Amino acid sequence: MSAVTMSEAGTNFAYLDEETKRMIRRAILKAIAIPGYQVPFASREMPMPYGWGTGGVQVTAAVIGPDDVLKVIDQGADDTTNAVSIRAFFRKVARVAVTTHTAEATVIQTRHRIPEHPLIEGQILVYQVPIPEPLRFLEPRETETRTMHALEEYGLMHVKLYEDIAHHGRIATSYAYPVKVAGRYVMDPSPIPKFDNPKMHLSPALQLFGAGREKRIYAIPPHTDVRSLDFEDHPFEIQRFDEPCALCGARNVYLDEVILDDRGGRMFVCSDTDNCESRQADAQKETAA
Amino acid sequence: MTLPLSVRDISKSFVMHLRGGIELPVFSGVSFDVATGECLVLGGPSGVGKSSILKMLYGNYGVDGGSILVRHGETVVDLARAEPREVLDVRRATLGYVSQFLRAIPRVSALEIVAEPLVARGTERQLALARAGELLARLNLPRDLWHLPPATFSGGEQQRVNIARGFISDHPILLLDEPTASLDAANRAVVMAMIEEKKARGVALVGIFHDADVRDRVASRIVDVSSYSLRGAA
Amino acid sequence: MSEGPLLIARDVGKNYGNRIGCTDVSFDLWPGEVLAIVGESGSGKTTLLNCLSTRLNADRGTVTYRMRDGVARDLAALGEAERRFLMRTDWGFVHQNPADGLRMGVSAGANVGERLMAVGNRHYGRIRHCAEDWLNRVEIDVDRIDDRPRAFSGGMRQRLQIARNLVTSPRLVFMDEPTGGLDVSVQARLLDLVRGLVRDLGLSVIIVTHDLAVARLLSHRMMVMKEGRVIEQGLTDRVLDDPREPYTQLLVSSIPQA
Repeated sequence: MSAVTMSEAGTNFAYLDEETKRMIRRAILKAIAIPGYQVPFASREMPMPYGWGTGGVQVTAAVIGPDDVLKVIDQGADDTTNAVSIRAFFRKVARVAVTTHTAEATVIQTRHRIPEHPLIEGQILVYQVPIPEPLRFLEPRETETRTMHALEEYGLMHVKLYEDIAHHGRIATSYAYPVKVAGRYVMDPSPIPKFDNPKMHLSPALQLFGAGREKRIYAIPPHTDVRSLDFEDHPFEIQRFDEPCALCGARNVYLDEVILDDRGGRMFVCSDTDNCESRQADAQKETAA
Repeated sequence: MTLPLSVRDISKSFVMHLRGGIELPVFSGVSFDVATGECLVLGGPSGVGKSSILKMLYGNYGVDGGSILVRHGETVVDLARAEPREVLDVRRATLGYVSQFLRAIPRVSALEIVAEPLVARGTERQLALARAGELLARLNLPRDLWHLPPATFSGGEQQRVNIARGFISDHPILLLDEPTASLDAANRAVVMAMIEEKKARGVALVGIFHDADVRDRVASRIVDVSSYSLRGAA
Repeated sequence: MSEGPLLIARDVGKNYGNRIGCTDVSFDLWPGEVLAIVGESGSGKTTLLNCLSTRLNADRGTVTYRMRDGVARDLAALGEAERRFLMRTDWGFVHQNPADGLRMGVSAGANVGERLMAVGNRHYGRIRHCAEDWLNRVEIDVDRIDDRPRAFSGGMRQRLQIARNLVTSPRLVFMDEPTGGLDVSVQARLLDLVRGLVRDLGLSVIIVTHDLAVARLLSHRMMVMKEGRVIEQGLTDRVLDDPREPYTQLLVSSIPQA
């Protein structure tokens, strides 16, 4: 073992042993070669419970190098328990630099959001995925859903959207909204709000998806066509917010509702905390100047 | 020009497997022709196989030997050997049948049952229903029964529905199995008049009539089936 | 009629180990024909139906089907994608238990619309309109369109299953005991409905039933099966009124005269 790959704590660089990382990288390469296709991989036990991002952590561990700068967000925030602990994990096992600024990061692991700041070529976005199979809602048999993917039988996805319109008058699915990747595979984008779906389309960044419990990896290579499914007479739409962010005044960003008191007081603030804080800081600088 | 119906040397026996496989010969060597515009009556005492012959002519009973040649449009079909779909096509276009008993279909009204053969031959539905109504009126079936399924009708009422269904289309051949059996005198007279009209229009009829009065009125010729019967010999 | 048979079965056979499921079955099915396969439980009729409909692979024989483009194809040689496409477009399959043929967790409208969406229909309004039309035709109140089949009676579920199958205008429908498990009055309504649809749409049907009354009411032709073999076949009323084989005579004599 070289000094580069061995950390002070006695574990291998980025926790996983090199053979495991190679196995995961092979799965990632296959996933990139077949955009949207779910590649099985031998998911390892990680020192955290399922549901805490074991899939994303393994993908990150397989792609991260000593010179990378890592950002971790959970629901858009850098300071939640999940984000903080994963960031601390990699700082310890890989001793990589970390950041909260999207533009500074080379690898961004995320749960439930895509950063507001546009991603650029060279960046890798790693999604944590709970349920990779978009067809499972209506077809529980894994053998059958695999056949449906193989034969491109995707009518069932529209059955789900039909049900939405029939019961709510519109497509009410607001997160984990299914997309078709490169005109071929239907894919679950993980539980990001559908607000973020258009950001996947033709993104210059590499997007990797890891599902630890379900042992699946899939990918969207840079500059890939990603379309949200819809009906001709009920086209795909993203969420719209009437007011800007109460803190930074941003429009056209995804907002979280914050309850202020028990008398109905509430406000809407940016879900992407880094973006919000940067904007506030910029505004202060302008005022000061 | 070929005859509408030509029966050559047909024979029939029943093998009763549930009774130890005994064979019951019914008749053999039955031959007759039926020309257009005539009504051939099958005569003889009951049990000699008159009904069986009629059922064979309709393709309803199998034929052990011989042939039943039916002029069907431009072709001649041997019903003794025809494929099921050929038999059905002959029934649709060429061969009508008035059986003794009506096989009622659940939920289908008397009017619809009567109109069905016309609809099957491509007549527009409303026209067929109107024609069905005319026939039922002529046969004095009370108008309030027309829209009910005939399953609960009396024997005579069912028989009139059956007759109307058999007479509604202009099949070139019409088979009649005791059509007047359960009718009163007035309706019997209507049926006799209807038979005469069919003859006048060149239809070839083969019938069984229990009532000697009716038989003598409508018969062009009578074939005595008992001369072919094997029942006595069995 | 000049086009020839829709489906041709030749020497079809299927074994379960040493036991014969069905064997030596040959027949032609013509457009618009309704063929009933009758026999008691274990006679091989459902095995045969599954072999014909490619739900099971036959061990012996061939089944040829004339596709919509007029070309007759050996069904065993179809690719999986073609086979599944055929099953959800030009064919229907009505199961005895509606739960096997319906998606119980989605609305009646979605059940009917699924095949349309599967063949690429992407207009919600048109899909819904078509579903309403079909609910009407199978006598289900249109205001039940957004209810799930779980809330439906057995007869309604079966009618919904039929609508779901017919929405793509299939030319051939397989039915496995479609009236089994229904009350007599409900059966009568369903039979009447099926009879009307078959006639109006010119459907070809292969129906498996142990109920000779169903066979008489719906079918033009029938095949009687015993121990995996077809022992008698012909025009339905001929087989029922003049049965030749000992077993057919026994079957016919076993019907209570209502």
